[in-house]
Amino acid sequence: MANSGILVVAVSQRGALPPATYELVSAGRKLADALKQPLAAVVLSDKASALAADLASRGVDKVYSVEHASLAGFAEDTFAKAAADVARKEGFAKILLASNVAGRALAARLAVLLKAGLATDVSEIADDGKVSRPYYAGNLVASVEIKTPVAVLTLAPMSFPRAEPGAAKAEIVPVAFDPGAAKTTFSTYQPETSNEIDMGSAERVVSGGRGLGGAEGFKKIFELAHALGAAVGASRAAVDSGWIPYKHQVGLTGRSVRPKLYVAVGISGQIQHLAGMSSSGTIVAINTDKDCPLMQMANVSVQGDLNELLPAIVEEVKRRRGAAPIAA
Amino acid sequence: MALHIVVCVKSTPTSVNVPVDPATGQPKTAGLPTAINPYDEYAVEEAVRLKERVPGSSATVLTVGADSAADVLREAIARGCDAGVLVSGPEFEGGDSFATSLALSAAIKKLHAEKPVHLVLFGKNTNDVGAGVVGVQTAAWLDWPSATAVKKIEAIDPSSATVQRAMEDGTDVLKLALPACVATVKEINEPRLPSLKGKMASKKAVLPKWTAADLGLQPAQVGAAGAATAIAKAALPPSRPAGVKVEGATSAEKAKKLVDILFERKLI
Repeated sequence: MANSGILVVAVSQRGALPPATYELVSAGRKLADALKQPLAAVVLSDKASALAADLASRGVDKVYSVEHASLAGFAEDTFAKAAADVARKEGFAKILLASNVAGRALAARLAVLLKAGLATDVSEIADDGKVSRPYYAGNLVASVEIKTPVAVLTLAPMSFPRAEPGAAKAEIVPVAFDPGAAKTTFSTYQPETSNEIDMGSAERVVSGGRGLGGAEGFKKIFELAHALGAAVGASRAAVDSGWIPYKHQVGLTGRSVRPKLYVAVGISGQIQHLAGMSSSGTIVAINTDKDCPLMQMANVSVQGDLNELLPAIVEEVKRRRGAAPIAA
Repeated sequence: MALHIVVCVKSTPTSVNVPVDPATGQPKTAGLPTAINPYDEYAVEEAVRLKERVPGSSATVLTVGADSAADVLREAIARGCDAGVLVSGPEFEGGDSFATSLALSAAIKKLHAEKPVHLVLFGKNTNDVGAGVVGVQTAAWLDWPSATAVKKIEAIDPSSATVQRAMEDGTDVLKLALPACVATVKEINEPRLPSLKGKMASKKAVLPKWTAADLGLQPAQVGAAGAATAIAKAALPPSRPAGVKVEGATSAEKAKKLVDILFERKLI
């Protein structure tokens, strides 16, 4: 039997579905309509039923609900076995996952288990099945052909719209799962203590770099981010100087972001940084040096003294918005 | 109890400014200077630190590549690895993550048969393809457990390792039964430069070269023939339209103009 159909793999994290899951659904819907094939989703969780009901209302044709205690915390091998069981049984042709830590690892395992071609960080899916993804830190974009009957794709976050809930409810099919003897034991999860917005799914990101002059300068970045309802990012130079923790690093050695608005403050724009943010919607650069690469490539550039400009922008946003904060 | 650690590295172009061959639509890497993929340096350093942590342990560095990739094996030995193996031959050319991870897994099986392997370390991703999947795919071929984005190896003995995984929203702690594959992130350590003693050892090191036949693989399983994907056409990303320069006599005036633009474009 030829492989057919599209399967969205929804991995619950901390009991919820990351927003990127809904981006997979909308991308999957578009592809399913173009190919005239069905779109299904599989939810992998220790509390799959509730999450399956959510997905069932977002435009999929069927939801497989794999609920098992072993799917509480993310273990790469256990989750891959659960997803592969469903993918094999139904013979899906295209498997979609999020390009986050869990989705990427799961996709890698699934590709081997299903003997499938794998493309990560996909920003476009053409109707002929070719996909676009970055090479050389985004310096090249290539159209990639998948040579196998099954394709496993991870989609770059913020590249596709998020599917909204509607009135129609897809059928939910509970699936039994036997994890076998576990080789990976999930032990604990330590959440980020700060109440910050995660960069990967943020619509707005404000990043600071060497131009801020020190850890003190980052306070102004946090104030601006707060005023704009944005997540906080940083350049490698700022992280290596110890001004801000590594988890904020944007770029080749850090994380890739693709927000609607990216504000780069005091960042010159080394190629390694550009790799992590150049596909953002609108790029605003604020710098003293008008000739640096980021000021050259930005959609909007503001040259001036950061110590004056940042508080002035915060002040102006607050004045225009009143006291109401902007929803992230 | 001593450990045998394998660390997988790749020889990649030192610059990510890679042109496209207009005739073939493929990235043109021939003749570009190469070095050890920068993110693999963290995996090499972690292997050396584990050697220091668990006395009697050894580290073997492994790569799939052209004959010139022997240079990155010597670099890893200069940084403290004990031995290196080069998986090379024309049959490996043009492989993708699927084909390359199969070759790595076969080489690891061969090493494992000679001297049991406990842990296989990888970098976060390479600076060429940058998918960050080869470590997990190798684990899948071996049917070994794996963890990606590992920022700390808390505890390790020959039967298990406890690792911290850096997630988007915090830190997971996992216990892996060994042997296992672990892909690292930059946060895990600060790589040291090669020592003089290491450089001497790297010059003297004899590097076995294994072909597909040595690994028990058919030529059709590796390289371009075994690849599950192929680049159809590479191109420069679309250029961005020229930007707007916000001018003003004072910072307050510039701030006002910027915020106007953000509101007009519905960005906030």
